[in-house]
Amino acid sequence: MFQKLTPPFFLLQITTPPQKNPPPDFTTGYQYPVTINPPPRAELFTRIDMVMLVTLMLMTAYFILYKRSRKEVRLISLFSLLYFGFYRHGCVCSVGSIQNVAMAIFNNGYALPLSVGVFFILPLLFALFFGRVFCAAVCPLGAAQDLILQKAKRVPIWLDETLSVIPYVYLGLGTLFAATGTVFIICEYDPFVAFFRLNGGAMMVTLGIIILFLSTFIGRPYCRYLCPYGVLLRWAAAWSKWKVHVAPDKCIQCHLCAESCPFNAMRMPVPEEVRPSRKSTRAVLSRVLWLIPLLAILGGISGRLASPLLSHVDITVQTADRVWKERHGLVHGETLESQAHRANQIPDNVLYAKAAKIRRTYALYTTIFGVWLGLVFGLKLFFITTRRRWDDYDADPAACVACGRCFGYCPAEANGKNVEEGVYIKGNLK
Amino acid sequence: MAATDNKKSRREFIADGIRTGGLIIASGAIGALAASSHAEDTVWQIDPYKCTNCGLCATSCVLDQSAVKCMHAFAMCGYCNLCSGMLRPERVGNTIEAENVQCPTFAIQRSYVENPYFQYVIDENLCIGCAKCSKGCNAFGNGSLFMQIRHDRCLNCNQCSIAEVCPAQAIVRVPASKPYLLKSKIKQDG
Repeated sequence: MFQKLTPPFFLLQITTPPQKNPPPDFTTGYQYPVTINPPPRAELFTRIDMVMLVTLMLMTAYFILYKRSRKEVRLISLFSLLYFGFYRHGCVCSVGSIQNVAMAIFNNGYALPLSVGVFFILPLLFALFFGRVFCAAVCPLGAAQDLILQKAKRVPIWLDETLSVIPYVYLGLGTLFAATGTVFIICEYDPFVAFFRLNGGAMMVTLGIIILFLSTFIGRPYCRYLCPYGVLLRWAAAWSKWKVHVAPDKCIQCHLCAESCPFNAMRMPVPEEVRPSRKSTRAVLSRVLWLIPLLAILGGISGRLASPLLSHVDITVQTADRVWKERHGLVHGETLESQAHRANQIPDNVLYAKAAKIRRTYALYTTIFGVWLGLVFGLKLFFITTRRRWDDYDADPAACVACGRCFGYCPAEANGKNVEEGVYIKGNLK
Repeated sequence: MAATDNKKSRREFIADGIRTGGLIIASGAIGALAASSHAEDTVWQIDPYKCTNCGLCATSCVLDQSAVKCMHAFAMCGYCNLCSGMLRPERVGNTIEAENVQCPTFAIQRSYVENPYFQYVIDENLCIGCAKCSKGCNAFGNGSLFMQIRHDRCLNCNQCSIAEVCPAQAIVRVPASKPYLLKSKIKQDG
């Protein structure tokens, strides 16, 4: 049999390269087996996700802003964690959708699916009107951290302010790599998907364990110091129409709400005598305002300089680099990428041209990214120096995740009901 | 007092403007997406004509057992007695034994059709997506064995972890209504 097949086998290879062994004409009425290709999850379920998102956000807004009750919000958190987290495996989520939106805007080949668009837009729209109700209970990432928080340690203000810059950097990087169509790093380094799937690579699992461990004694570390979507939500929530107000009647300046907030989201009154004078503030401001454009320009320049480094994340650029080095004898051996490049018989010049195009895109986008970083640092300095001084305790709408913990601690809440029940005396931040 | 009231109302006016703008932009964007025929959900799939059967699919998927499986385009198959997808090139003899077969899990099963033809079927429950068989088939045979992401298994991660490492960049987003990129004919030049 083998001997009989071998000569035509090789002959065929020479004459008609692709069709090595022509499909036979069967004489016994043989039928090809039928292969069933299971379809992906029906679009109906995506619709259900969207309805779920809206319903849960409306419910959270109702319970937090109208009923001023945390109990139900905890239940909604649990439900979101089970549904969006464990059942839907955490994909697609609003946090990751930033990248889809960036890719759809900058990369002409990609059309944004409706469901992803809805997951991106609606939490922001809700934040414009009701504050960060998405964070409160609907986001499975937030819910996971919130539900396992035991007793919150206060993060020192200097550390809190420093770490709070990271989300802006992360947002910039995530957008950069998505806009160039390179990779979705926010998804790649998502610390929760491994937990939701109870499965994952070593890096994902390690990140997940670290963040979940931190969440037990630091309030929502991912939300505050990493979440890139939180940046957008902050901007929207700063203008929210209805927001969490702690003291329903009159603030008696008892400081209990600030103690109760595990997320450093409470604005505190500053006594008149320690407020800096108008003159000294102005002097500091004049120096800081100079810095903002300077930092932006410096950032742009460093971004442009970092462009070769950052563009090397792109697999096409890597492959082109590798193939070029192999061709010029600078490296020995092949990588899987250069092998694949040769196996697909793409001319080297085509690959180089493609990589050059990507490098040019990177040169522009990394400059913008650098300017963004400069602005972030400049504005951070600006806001630290020009912090507005408040007369009463109240939640900062941009930082408040509408969890409702502080309600139970305010003695003025519900005509002193809490004082009688002694809720605030427990001093437990759970 | 009047001054602060003015200030407050000015801030409120700006806030109202931002909120109205946000509402208009958001509803406009969602409306445009809902009306667009392109805004369909996407899923990941392997372009079999780019795939080089490197074997990373088996180990890079977030699932314990990869969502990628081998598929067979029967119409392309030569029904050879000695299948290069089934048997290793460096085998000792032509017996179907562990040291001779490509598949580490015996997922490729051979049955007699008619002289001299044999049918090869992949048992998906056993297949781990290692692409050893499709590599052999593409190298020496017709390339009728090829790798595909099976959508009953795929979690459709927003960033496919196999796509991240795929050296041929063969894993692409496809519309959910056309979730497979099946092989049906021999690749044309170019």
